[in-house]
Parts: sequence; structure tokens; C-alpha cells
Amino acid sequence: MSTASSSAEGRSTLDRVVIYGLLGLFAAFYLIPLFVMLVTSFKPMDEIQSGNMLALPRDPTIEPWMKAWGEACVGLTCAGIKGYFWNSTKMVVPAVAISTVLGALNGYVLTKWRFRGHKVVFGLMLFACFIPFQAVLLPMATILGSLGRFGNDLQDLIGTSLGFGNPTVNLVIVHVVYGLGFTTLFFRNYYEAFPTELVKAAQVDGASFFQIFWRIMLPNSAPIFVVTVIYQFTNIWNDFLFASAYAGSGDVMPMTVALNNVVNTSTGVVEYNVNMAAAIIAALPTLFVYVVAGRYFVRGLMAGAVKG
Amino acid sequence: MKSIVKVFAGALLASTVMTGASLAQTKEVQMLHWWTSGGEAAALNVLKQDLAKEGYGWKDVPVAGGGGDAAMTALKAMVAAGNYPTASQMLGYTVLDYAEAGVMGDLTETAKKEGWDKVVPAPLQKFSVYKGKWVAAPVNVHSVNWLWINKAVMDKIGGTEPKTFDDFVALLDKAKKAGVIPLALGGQSWQEATMFDSIVLSTGGADFYKKAFNDLDEASLKSDTMKKAFDNLGKLKAYVDPNYSGRDWNLATAMVIKGDALVQVMGDWAKGEFVAAKKAPGTDFLCYRFPGTDGTVIYNSDMFGMFNVPADRRAAQAALATATLSKSFQSAFNVVKGSVPARTDVPDTAFDACGKKGIADLKSASEKNTLFGSLAQGYGAPPAVANAYKDVVTKFVHDQIKTSDEAVKQLVKAIADAK
Amino acid sequence: MTITTLPDRVAAQAGATRPVSLRERLQDLLPKIVLAPSFVAVIVFVYGFILWTVYLSFTNSKTFPNYNLTGTRAYERLWGWTFESDPPSSWYTSITNLGTFGVLYIGLCMALGLLLAILLDQKIRGEGILRPIYLYPMALSFIVTGVAWKWFLDPGLGLEKTLHAWGWESFHFDWIKNKDRVIYTVVIAGVWQASGFVMAMFLAGLRGIDSEIMKAAQIDGATTVQLYRRIVIPMLRPIFLSAFIVLAHMAIKSYDLVVALTSGGPGGSAWLPSNFMYEYTFKRNEMAVGSASAVIMLMTISAIIVPYLYSELREKGR
Repeated sequence: MSTASSSAEGRSTLDRVVIYGLLGLFAAFYLIPLFVMLVTSFKPMDEIQSGNMLALPRDPTIEPWMKAWGEACVGLTCAGIKGYFWNSTKMVVPAVAISTVLGALNGYVLTKWRFRGHKVVFGLMLFACFIPFQAVLLPMATILGSLGRFGNDLQDLIGTSLGFGNPTVNLVIVHVVYGLGFTTLFFRNYYEAFPTELVKAAQVDGASFFQIFWRIMLPNSAPIFVVTVIYQFTNIWNDFLFASAYAGSGDVMPMTVALNNVVNTSTGVVEYNVNMAAAIIAALPTLFVYVVAGRYFVRGLMAGAVKG
Repeated sequence: MKSIVKVFAGALLASTVMTGASLAQTKEVQMLHWWTSGGEAAALNVLKQDLAKEGYGWKDVPVAGGGGDAAMTALKAMVAAGNYPTASQMLGYTVLDYAEAGVMGDLTETAKKEGWDKVVPAPLQKFSVYKGKWVAAPVNVHSVNWLWINKAVMDKIGGTEPKTFDDFVALLDKAKKAGVIPLALGGQSWQEATMFDSIVLSTGGADFYKKAFNDLDEASLKSDTMKKAFDNLGKLKAYVDPNYSGRDWNLATAMVIKGDALVQVMGDWAKGEFVAAKKAPGTDFLCYRFPGTDGTVIYNSDMFGMFNVPADRRAAQAALATATLSKSFQSAFNVVKGSVPARTDVPDTAFDACGKKGIADLKSASEKNTLFGSLAQGYGAPPAVANAYKDVVTKFVHDQIKTSDEAVKQLVKAIADAK
Repeated sequence: MTITTLPDRVAAQAGATRPVSLRERLQDLLPKIVLAPSFVAVIVFVYGFILWTVYLSFTNSKTFPNYNLTGTRAYERLWGWTFESDPPSSWYTSITNLGTFGVLYIGLCMALGLLLAILLDQKIRGEGILRPIYLYPMALSFIVTGVAWKWFLDPGLGLEKTLHAWGWESFHFDWIKNKDRVIYTVVIAGVWQASGFVMAMFLAGLRGIDSEIMKAAQIDGATTVQLYRRIVIPMLRPIFLSAFIVLAHMAIKSYDLVVALTSGGPGGSAWLPSNFMYEYTFKRNEMAVGSASAVIMLMTISAIIVPYLYSELREKGR
């Protein structure tokens, strides 16, 4: 696994210095906006208006964080953004799970169980990534509206709508549909490099379609799972267009819409410190996923599996 | 890996057992709006409480962003899905568009009972009444042709109220000599166009403004007067600071509040910023009509468009409409918002000096027929035209269009294209 | 890495020896059954809606869809705007900006992402800390990070002011206020936001490469540079495809970036086609023009993507 360090022992110290230097430099570049946001979130308003935005707070306060968490107004309800985590979570987790699993299966089929026209199918699914969401907003709303009416009929008929017409379910549907292209792309291109011999061998041993997927593909897919989950989680958590259009009312509103309502006010003094704190709070689940999922960012076990 | 799978499975289960859509609440109003700042929310809460007294609940659908753009996108999706809100905050031509599409309700009965025809100025009724039916309840009237001046700076440079455009330029010169930024401007297209509305009115007079910016009369649009208006805009541009481009309007207002700049040309919502900063009219800041526009009001107005909801939700809708146009709410709301009531018979006792002047101006302009829709704010022409107009103004301000001749030519073309 | 497809082989075997049982036939069909729901969803919700958009572009739809075909006026208007460079029409600005933005954004993100991934793959201490640092910009909503960048790039508030205060008086950086430069500030913020994710994709690719191959190459005496140029990077080829698609789609959909950072830029000089599309469809109530611009965008994308896909998928297949 070691690549740079083992080749020439004498150069290795220098190499290390250069590597760490570059990594540190880039880390600094990436951290600048976070630094700005953090220092701002701990400053009282008059200090923001008068001072330098890169300066450390002279008179640090956690007031903005308290306000963003429990007092900021989201529309007429002034209870902060804390209540919106659950709205987002119950929408994001199923949407990410379904689209990722489907993507993994699709990628598996498109690389290891090829059929005539598999390239066309893949090409069509891939090109689907490019449809502008603004263009699908209205036709999708029409379809979701019909699903909602179907749900109402079901409600009258059998006493439950089975989730049809529920804004959260609607968002799950939308995000699964428009996430499929990417998840399929990620897994397909990852499995492309996966040794087919392994699959063949298992086939000969009589393993079924799902057994191969479960026992051979999945255990070696950790890195691409991480990438896919990060991508889907981030995009769905941060989606504003669909969320505001299909689930804008206070009781089902996802975090992004709530955050936008706190931040994007057109009149009144803009409380930048509260906004920055709210933005960081709203991003915590995503950051948490990055750190936790990152643990699975390990090299695959293939070599071991092949060689026994 | 296994543990991840377990989490996913649990979440899937959780999502499938969720119950379906809740029954449409008949004792509830569902309200789409973009009034999310603290002051606005407080003002709207008055309405919520008024309704609660009558036994109606409030289902809030707040979608902020882009001065209502995001909310209007959400509204379009809601209407496409067939889920009409009880009411939605709307502006000018949008109300008429939705009425034409046949999705608006009918408030005529309530309007008759409450006598709205007599107290709501006629130009507003053009947008709240469609083919003889009341479809929207106007909440307020904003007016656009105001100057907001820092009094301390004004005293320091020894300035007086400018009565003509040339006075105004002379005043700005004084400020420049004294080393303050003369004109606080946010270089975003809608702010530039809002200022240009006032310049056109000042340059060409009331009739010219109406012909050019409400009737879209081509002869007026390409006249020398319009060219002169662009020249005047060019003159004012010399008095802004170098960093104006892209600045939000409230930051420009803050420059005036802090005394970094002398004056901002902005609608009366700017007053809300002064009030929030604990400044009082007359002592800390001054509100004058844009020079040469006294007696005329360029307005825009927030309205609550009422949708064609099922019969069992109409009682709540009517209650909302009645509460919206009640004198008490009109007064309470507009004191906070900086605007003036949409009905002309609301007592001005609760308002400050600027508010009192605004109420009196609206009344007299309404009587003299000098109350005109702001083109920049979407009350002069449909959105396609209004935005084409903003394009031309902002390109002129930012030197993409270099001469006023060219600007006039582009304006005529853009408006003809968009009509 | 040639691939014999399994179903063919299984089918051949089965067909040659005995009649196919239901269970076996099901086993053959299973991959297609697994793929089918996704494929159908994409056909309906993507291609169906594309057709709907194409249809609308030939109507005179304004605020709402209108289904009476009225001809090609929307395209004629766009075509006219395509060549209006002085003063630039919004459409002209949008498409030329997309050219600049797209090339720089995709190029820089790829280069930076690959570089960081390779550096991180050198058995780095503290990888667990560095990785989230490069990734976190993705997590934050641009509604707010846009404000942070706006301040940082604003000459009166951010970098320029700070450096002046520190004594570097001649420093000058006002791109965000300059109509010819503002698009580059959008590139900076965009690269900051997305390059970390590209890094993650390349890192996943690197981690997926069989370490035996690397070891073997090193035993053969390959230098690090040779190892990466000749062996590792070519093996990452499918990841380049994924990264390209992700970045290209982000470049095309970058709407928030422009709005939050520049509010459209001086005189609308920072517009991208997605801003144009949104403006015309939802703000200006000219849905036909908005739809036509979406169609033109999709056609342009397919003109670039389809040949790329074709060559990429062709070589990789049998």
C-alpha cells in the first residue's frame, strides 16, 4: 500500500515535508470561510457592523447560537431551528438509503450481469443527471398532486392513505428518482474495475444473484458507499427548490427551508451572527455523516479475498 | 457495513409506518408568505391573533428569498398540484395572472359587506378586483419616491430640502466636498430601477411617467425626455462609492443610518431599518419626496390573494380577508412595516411624521389621480416587461450600455420584445 | 479487463443441456427485474418531462403551461440574443459565462481533487481530520457560505481591507465588483465547494485499486511519478468519468452560487444559463422562453456528453 515513502529512503523526509506542507496549505484555504463564519457567530452585532470581519471577537458571546437554536423566527413560529432536524431526517434517511441501495444493485447488474443494450440503458440513466430541476418542478408537482388525490381516495376507502400525498413521502420519491442517475453512475464505475473473475468463480460455485451481491460485492464496496452516501445525503439535506415547493408548511418543512427563512429576510437588521450560527447548526448532521462515514474509507479487501 | 444496513432498514421502516395526509382543516387558514424577518413576523402575528379570537387556526407556509421569488415558485408548484393555500402574499400582476387562470376565489360578498370599494384607492382595485370580483385583499401601500437622509450629516454640510433635480445634484456635491459618500446605492438591478422610477417621474412629470411606465407608450419611451432621464441617472451615478455593486439595500440604508452616507433613494420600507435602529424621524433622519415628485406617489402594494378553496374552507378565508382589511390591523401592521394602510380611512394617530406624510400623500394622490404603479416593483407592467426594464437600467448603470441614446434604443426594443 | 457476460453463458449452458426450469428462467430475468424500476422511473420522470419541456417551448406559455402549439418564436428570440454582444444580452452573458465557468470549474476541481486524493493516500497521519476539512464546504448551505465569501471577496470588507490594515497598501482585489472578472469569483467559490467531494471520489478509486498491483510495480523499480502516471491514473479512468459527470452537472445547475455570491453580478454579468432559465420560467413568466433555453442547454450538453460517453463506454466494453 505504501507508495511514496518506501522507494527512496533518503528523499522520504523531504517528501513528507512537501506532502504535509501542501495538505496544510490547502486545509487553510478550505477553512477560511468557516473561520469567517465562526468568528462572526461569536460576535455581538455592533462589533460585526463596525469591525474587521477577519478579526477575532473582542467580546465573545454565545447569544447568537442560543438564538439560532431556540429563538430565531421561522415565519411566525419563533422557536429556532431545533425542531426542523426531525423533518429533514425522516425524509433524508429513507431517500438516501433507497437511492443508494438501488444504485448499488443497478451498478452490479450493469457491470456483472450485462445484457444486450446495457450501454444504452446506462447512457440514458446517466444523461438523466443533467435535467435542470427547475424544468421538472411543475410536471412533478402535477403528478404528486394526483398521488395526493389517490391517497385521499384510499383514506376514504380503506382508512389509510399508505403515505400517498404525504409531503415527506413526496420528497422521498422525488429525491430517489433524481438521485438514481448518480448512485448508479458511482457504483457502475466502481464495479467496472472490480475483478469479474471473482463473480464468475462464485457463479460456478452455484451462488445466486443476490448471494454474490451480498457476499462478494458489498463487502468490497465500502469506499464507494461512503462517496455515494456523502453525495446523496448532502444534496438531499441541502435541497431547497423541491423542499420549498412541495413541503413548505411549518409542520413538515425541512431544515433547509427553515434555515432559508431565518437567513433570507429582506427587511430588518440582518443578524449575521445568528445566521452564521444557524448555518453551522443546520450543517451538523451532514458533517457528522462525513466524519462517521469517513471511517469506512478504507482500502478494499479484494486482494485478500482473491488470494485467500 | 452491517450496522449501516441496520440503520437504513430502521429508517425505511420508520418512513413506511408514517400516517398519510392529514385531513384538510376547515377551521384553519393556510397562508403562504415571505414575511420572515422579526418585525414582519411580529406584525403578521397580530393578524394570526385576530383570527384566533374568531376561532380560526393559522397554518404558516413561510418561504423567504429573492423578495418573494422563492415563494412564488412554491405557489406555482402548489397550484400545479391542486393544493391551493387559503391565501398567499402576492404582488400586482401576479394576482391577475392567477385570476385569469381561474384559480382565485371570490371575496365580493365580504367586500360589499365591508365597503372596500369606497376606501381602497382605485389604482389598487385594478389588481385586487378581476372582472368585477374581489380576488385579493390589499395589506399595505408602499411608496417608492422617497429620499432618506441622515440629519446629522445634512446639518454638518448645511444642506436644505432639495426641491428640484438640480438642487439634489448640488446637495450631493456639498456632501462630496465634505468627504462623505453622497449617495448610498445598492448596485442590484431592482434597486437601480427603483431609483430610476423616481428619476423618470422627476424628469418628465406625472403624465409622462404614466404614459411611459404604465401605458408603455412607445413614443414616450423613445422620447428625448427619457433620454434626459437616463442622463440624470448617469449624473447620480457619479456620487456613489466604488463598492456599491451587488450591495443589499439594507446595507445601503445602514450607511445612511451610521452617517457614512448622506442619502438613499428607496421605498418606505427603508424607514423600518431606521426605526429598528432606534432612530426618530425629524431628529435623526429626514424623509423627503424625491425632488420634483411631491404630490405624486409611485406605489407598490402587498396583497393577500385568495384562492378558490373548497366550500368548507371559505368561512375561514372570509374571516382572514375581513381581518386583513380591518382598521386595527391595517394600522398596527403598517406602523411596523413602514408602509401606509391600503384603505384611506385609517386614522394616522399611531404613525410617525413620515408615516403621517405618507398617508396624506396617498390620499391626495388617490384623489388627484396621481397614484401610479412602480414599474420596477411590478405594478407598472407585467413581470416580463418589468424585468426587461430592469435589465436595461442595470446595464446602463454598470457601463454595459454606454450612452443614453443607446439606453433609450435598448429600452424600446426590450419592452417591445417582452410585451 | 475483458468481460464475458454471465447471463449469456448461463443461458447457453442451460439451453444446451435440458429444458429451462421456471426457477432458472427467473434467475436469468432477475438482473433485468432488479434494474427495471429504476429504468422506468428515469424514462418517465426524466425523459417524459424533457418531452413536456420540448413541447412547451413551442407554445406561448407564460405564467402557466399552455398547450396550444404556436411555433418557434421562443427559439427565434433566443437565437437573436445569442449574437447580441454589445451590450450583451442576458442570454449571451449566460452562455459565454458557462463556457468560462465550466472549463475552469471542472478543470480546477479535477486537478485539485486528484492532487489532494493522491497526497492523502500517502499513509498520512491525521487523514481523519484532513478529509472532513476538505469535504465540509459541501455540507454548508450556500445561502450562508455565499455571504461569508461575499464578505471575504468584497474590497471594502474582506481580504483587501484586511491586507491594507496590515500595511500592504497597494493590494488590489475587486473582482467581485468588476463586470469582466466577477465570473472568476464564482469559480473560486465553486471550486472551494466541490473540489473536496471530487477528492473523495478519487480517494475511493485509489482505495479500490488492488494494492498488489502497486506493490508489483514498485518491485519492478517504478518511481512514484511513473507509478501514478502509467498505472494508477489510467486505472482511475471510470472515476474521471464519474467526476466529470458530477462536475458538469453542477456547473450547469449552479444557480445558488451566482445568486448568493453576486446577486447576478454588476449589470447581470455573472448570470449562468440556469439563472436565465429560472428567471424566465418563474420570475418573468415567459415559460416558453425558459423551456426553450432548457432544451438548448440539454442539446448542448448532449453534444458534449454523448460523444464522450460513446468513446468511454465503447472502449470499456468487449
